Amino acid sequence: MPQSEGVAAAASVPCGHGAGRGCTHSRGADSNAPFDANALISARGLGITRNGRDQLIDVSLDIAPREIVTLIGPNGAGKSTLVRVLLGLEKPDRGKMQRRADLRIGYVPQRFDSDAVLPMTVERFLALGMEGDKLGIMRMLEQVDASSVRHQQIGELSGGELQRVVLARALLRQPNLLVLDEPAQGVDYSGEADLYNLIGRLRDEAGFGVLLVSHDLHVVMARSDRVICLNHHVCCSGMPEAVAQHPSYARLFGPQAAHAFAVYRHHHDHSHDLAGMPHPHGSPDDDGRGEP
Amino acid sequence: MIFEPFFLRALLAGLGLAAVAAPLGCFVVWQRLAYFGETVAQAGLIGVALGLALHMDVTWGVLAVALLVAALLLWFGRQKVVGLDSILGLLHHAALAAGVIATSMLKGPPVDLAGFLFGDVFAVTATDVTVIFVGGALVLAAVAWMWQPLLRLAVHEELAEAEGVNREKIRTVFIVLLAVAIAVAMKIVGILLVMAFLVVPAVAARPLSRDPERMVLLTALIAAGSVLAGLWLSATVDSPGGPSIVIVMSIIAGLSLSWAARGRSAARPIKD
Repeated sequence: MPQSEGVAAAASVPCGHGAGRGCTHSRGADSNAPFDANALISARGLGITRNGRDQLIDVSLDIAPREIVTLIGPNGAGKSTLVRVLLGLEKPDRGKMQRRADLRIGYVPQRFDSDAVLPMTVERFLALGMEGDKLGIMRMLEQVDASSVRHQQIGELSGGELQRVVLARALLRQPNLLVLDEPAQGVDYSGEADLYNLIGRLRDEAGFGVLLVSHDLHVVMARSDRVICLNHHVCCSGMPEAVAQHPSYARLFGPQAAHAFAVYRHHHDHSHDLAGMPHPHGSPDDDGRGEP
Repeated sequence: MIFEPFFLRALLAGLGLAAVAAPLGCFVVWQRLAYFGETVAQAGLIGVALGLALHMDVTWGVLAVALLVAALLLWFGRQKVVGLDSILGLLHHAALAAGVIATSMLKGPPVDLAGFLFGDVFAVTATDVTVIFVGGALVLAAVAWMWQPLLRLAVHEELAEAEGVNREKIRTVFIVLLAVAIAVAMKIVGILLVMAFLVVPAVAARPLSRDPERMVLLTALIAAGSVLAGLWLSATVDSPGGPSIVIVMSIIAGLSLSWAARGRSAARPIKD
């Protein structure tokens, strides 16, 4: 798999936990690199400023075919903004982006208001604006384990059911890139693990790339080819195995550290000021966050 | 009386309007645009004054002002410090005040304000009926043409846009169609009741519907039934035509909502 060593490793500086472990910093150093012609989406130096605040700073990334990329970061780190830019819903103020000519995106949005005033059955929703036939819809509902809700109203579904139905719609478009924005919101822990296993399995079968946004790392890690940590800029990007081998992994992913934010924070060799701008630290092991 | 030409014209106009209003009204309900439409309609009074001052059919004046106010609403909606409900509250009242001032300043004989506010269904001319049917057919054709993208935007705006639906274009065309419908319907039911013609039958149909197309059909049937019953009521007890139609459809909507609310726990607080 190309790209599996992270974004433009040559131009990167090592992360706080040591070089050569696959987690590399981009810091926008590669924003002048040419587009990756093979990538589904190739972005260079994306920047967005809203109301005087930088939402995205010099973000460069490539998503290769068949690759599962997980985008993590704290709330308000610009994850959804980045997704909106990659989807073409928002124009970046700075930087450029290249989408492969045959790019076909299946999108599972973060919020799907199930309080629908619009009457519509699941089956109709899945057929809306698509060429798909009833048989294909039935098969897809079986694949996402939601056959039982086929004739139900979309407004009457539970959070987990709705999630799988929206996933089915995204998959029916036969995407080569599946984009999921925090798909596990409102789904319990085992439901989340099931969802990620399902996405991984479907990826293996259908061969699409996946961009998954999450603020939860411990479940995501296993399936991802690459993890990108975003806090307005790309803090860190690398293979999950490399991160997992790190001594701090056990500490961070242990039962006590179920909530995963701390996870990559401790890998950082810099902190952020109130405006979100990165500030390097003198010592790579001192992240200034008072780790016990 | 029922076979008098003026009554037949009222009937034709009402039924034509019922058909045109049904799909638009459903989208207004689905996209929570009821007060958007109400504000645009309210601005119609300025359009009436404009039409009278320029000695042309008030329909054109109403259409022009409706489009202007819709554009203003979309423009004000871009700021993020005041909610859309407040913007609607502002423009709604500003439009009414400006309309009353504008009509009061017209030279010549005093304007029959009540006629424009509540409409006069029995005063529609053969030309009005033609306008409703020709304009209505155009509006219906346009809605049919963009039915799929409209539905997809109504289900989930961001998802539809990510899948390639041109949100700006579809939205703009829809608002123009809404303004046309308001301008045409205004003569019959008046500025204050025109949105009732769009919203109320759709509300009545919603609890009884399980898919969008049937809801539109049911909306049209409820509106048409209300026109028949309302005009009959009007002829029987000599009540004003437009309000009689609106009260019939409102009773149907009330019954339908009561049916939907049966056995449910207390209502959630109203959002938006």
